Amino acid sequence: MDNNKNWIDQRFPLTKVWNEHLAEYYTPRNFNFWYFFGSLAILVLVIQLITGIFLTMHFKPEAGLAFDSVEYIMRDVDWGWLIRYMHSTGASAFFVVVYLHMYRALIYGSYKAPRELIWIIGMVIYIALMAEAFMGYVLPWGQMSYWGAQVIISLFGSVPVIGPDLLVWILGDYAVGDAALNRFFSLHVIAMPLILVVLVFLHIVALHTVGSNNPDGIEIKKNKDKNGIPKDGIPFHPYYSVKDIVGVVVFLMIFSAVIFFAPALNGYFLEHANFVEANPLKTPEHIAPLWYLTPFYSVLRAIPPMFGSQFPGVLAMFAALLIFFALPWLDRSKVKSIRYRSLPYKIALGIFVVSFVWLGYLGMQPVTPMNAFLARVFTATYFGFFILMPWFTSIGQTKPVPERLTGV
Amino acid sequence: MSGQEIDLKKRRFLTQATSVVGAVGVGFVAWPFLSTWSPSAAAKAAGAPVDVDISKLEPGQLVRVLWRKKPVWIFRRDDQIISDLKTLESDLADPNNEQQQQPEYAKNPTRSIKPEIAVIIGVCTHLGCSPTYRPEVGAADLGGDSWKGGFYCPCHGSKFDLAGRVYAGVPAPTNLVVPPYHFVNDSLIRVGVDPQA
Amino acid sequence: MKNIKIFTAFILVLFGANVIAASSNVKLESANTDISDYDSLKRGAKHFMNYCSGCHSIELMRYNRIGQDLGMSEDEVVSDLLYAGSKSGEKMKSAISTSASTKWFGGTPPDLSLTSRSRGVDWIYSYLKGFYPDPKRTFGVNNHVLANASMPDVLWSLRQSKSAEAFDQDVRDITNFLDYVGEPAKLVRVDLGIKVMLFLAVLLVLSYLLKKEYWKDVKYGKWKAK
Repeated sequence: MDNNKNWIDQRFPLTKVWNEHLAEYYTPRNFNFWYFFGSLAILVLVIQLITGIFLTMHFKPEAGLAFDSVEYIMRDVDWGWLIRYMHSTGASAFFVVVYLHMYRALIYGSYKAPRELIWIIGMVIYIALMAEAFMGYVLPWGQMSYWGAQVIISLFGSVPVIGPDLLVWILGDYAVGDAALNRFFSLHVIAMPLILVVLVFLHIVALHTVGSNNPDGIEIKKNKDKNGIPKDGIPFHPYYSVKDIVGVVVFLMIFSAVIFFAPALNGYFLEHANFVEANPLKTPEHIAPLWYLTPFYSVLRAIPPMFGSQFPGVLAMFAALLIFFALPWLDRSKVKSIRYRSLPYKIALGIFVVSFVWLGYLGMQPVTPMNAFLARVFTATYFGFFILMPWFTSIGQTKPVPERLTGV
Repeated sequence: MSGQEIDLKKRRFLTQATSVVGAVGVGFVAWPFLSTWSPSAAAKAAGAPVDVDISKLEPGQLVRVLWRKKPVWIFRRDDQIISDLKTLESDLADPNNEQQQQPEYAKNPTRSIKPEIAVIIGVCTHLGCSPTYRPEVGAADLGGDSWKGGFYCPCHGSKFDLAGRVYAGVPAPTNLVVPPYHFVNDSLIRVGVDPQA
Repeated sequence: MKNIKIFTAFILVLFGANVIAASSNVKLESANTDISDYDSLKRGAKHFMNYCSGCHSIELMRYNRIGQDLGMSEDEVVSDLLYAGSKSGEKMKSAISTSASTKWFGGTPPDLSLTSRSRGVDWIYSYLKGFYPDPKRTFGVNNHVLANASMPDVLWSLRQSKSAEAFDQDVRDITNFLDYVGEPAKLVRVDLGIKVMLFLAVLLVLSYLLKKEYWKDVKYGKWKAK
């Protein structure tokens, strides 16, 4: 066995990589619940890739065939229904995991120096993921697939000057149709997965260069023992590999519960309207994207048309997304973790979370005067979190940050 | 609990137990994925048995039907043809149906349930072309007097007799395949299903 | 503190949200179907073939699939489900032609394969029970659930000849059958899910013990806090 290992090591840095990134990669000893979601995100990515590959073996990306081919998978292909549900549940699970993963970064300051690049790459992954999910939802060619695509893509038509031409170029036609379906299929199955895998790789490389943050927000590399090993660090393998396995099993239990007991989750994961084939002549009563896109949909709808254009709403929607990139520089506090942050900060973060969740909820509802008003209020508080951050992270009393990790 | 010593045995046991159960789980998960490759209900429906009415089939007449996307020949042989079949044995590669190219009930000199009705898949056992029907006895290009009627594959020159048996010395290695079939009644053949009992 | 806030926000969303279902304002009666009742499903299949399949296809369904799933013999499939000339592996199309249906109903009666998933069982149940006389309509009936429906009250003969409960059961059977047609996998996925959960529970116990064992190093052993 050792001979084989040597043969490989002379030609490929197998043992070196194993040590540097697993067996001798030192991680803070105080990782808690919030630290499961990175490895779970990788797991869901793999689940989506494998189930996606097998769905592609039966799916037909043509406007007249797509809808029926999905039902063919559900009924005629042995076990097709299970693969389909794994993929549709996996899409929502991906966002549950990713939102919790991002939330961890928010509360522990994992986006702050020297981890800005990890955060930026992560945000690019998030945007890529939303594009991937959006295109994936178009493929079954149900009413919501078609009309959701129609609404969102027509936003590009609102860009001043070039809008209408841009729209036709994106669609490859004068309306959402077979051309759009086919190119979305290619992007969803090949281009975006490749991009996502590369980005995830880069994300981990950036992380390992700096080392993981932790719930106390202190840099463990500042306190090393005589062997150069951080005193508050433990090797990732076997300790966090074995802990992450437990996280995986718990995740799989929740995942399986949804797949086997409530796969459509009453319209949250598979919308009712999408069980009707796309009909360009009949708009559904109520068009909404899936839950994970609704916060930004809310922002879009909250901004009224200005100068006869929807474009301000579009700008606001993109701004709501892109402003996350600025986070490392908006946050002026020296303190990373919420455990030691000032009261103003905690209040502001609380308001932000409530705003985000409410915007998500409102995005799933029809527009009423009350809902429109609330959406505007929460859009304001949402942006307020970022815009006012340089101020509220500079005021108030932070708690003294310990030198070494606590609670271990 | 001083915990100074590691209980290596317990560690090894737990690691192995978890790995085994995990591997079983992986097997359980892999099974549905692999199953999606089996013929779907659509493929099975398309491959369903085909009924052929032979009430009007004249001697020498050949009818082609498609079963599981392959051509199946059904033709009527008269007494002359049936007796001629015996004389060809020395020219054939597998005159006694040693190779499993037919169901048990077709393992006989005429390779059929009833000697006068032939049911044969019309796909050359060499590389898959569909041979042409050459029933005319004494055809000059196929050996003159020694040709008692059969099939000639234009792709590479393989020859088969009127029971689908392959001639020796041609590219095709085996006799033509006889599909499962049975007589629903005297005038109806169902291709694709063996006779009951 | 922050966790409580998030939790509250979440609960508000979950209990407040009433997602994009059939968002019409009609009050629907609860169908009370039981998809594990195979006798109900079989009766529903027969009723469907008798009263509905003349105009409505359920094209995504194959005859032999119903036979397999509901434990019907080949003969039962032939007698109760198949139209003469159809094969059991075929998809269940309706007998009506497009030109005839346009002439008589003003359009094609919709395929019902996925109606239970797009509208729900309560809608189907209430709709079938929702016909009332209306002399202004072509067939003399209108419907509480779908105003100005083009469909005649095909079940009227059942309603005349039976008690209210028996008729309700017939409608429930048809609804149940359509629920199954909407998602045949529903018959098997719950049982399978229970087995999966049990397996994962075993795996959870083992992996948790494994984790605890290794983490002894971190708590008391060679990697304990210094």
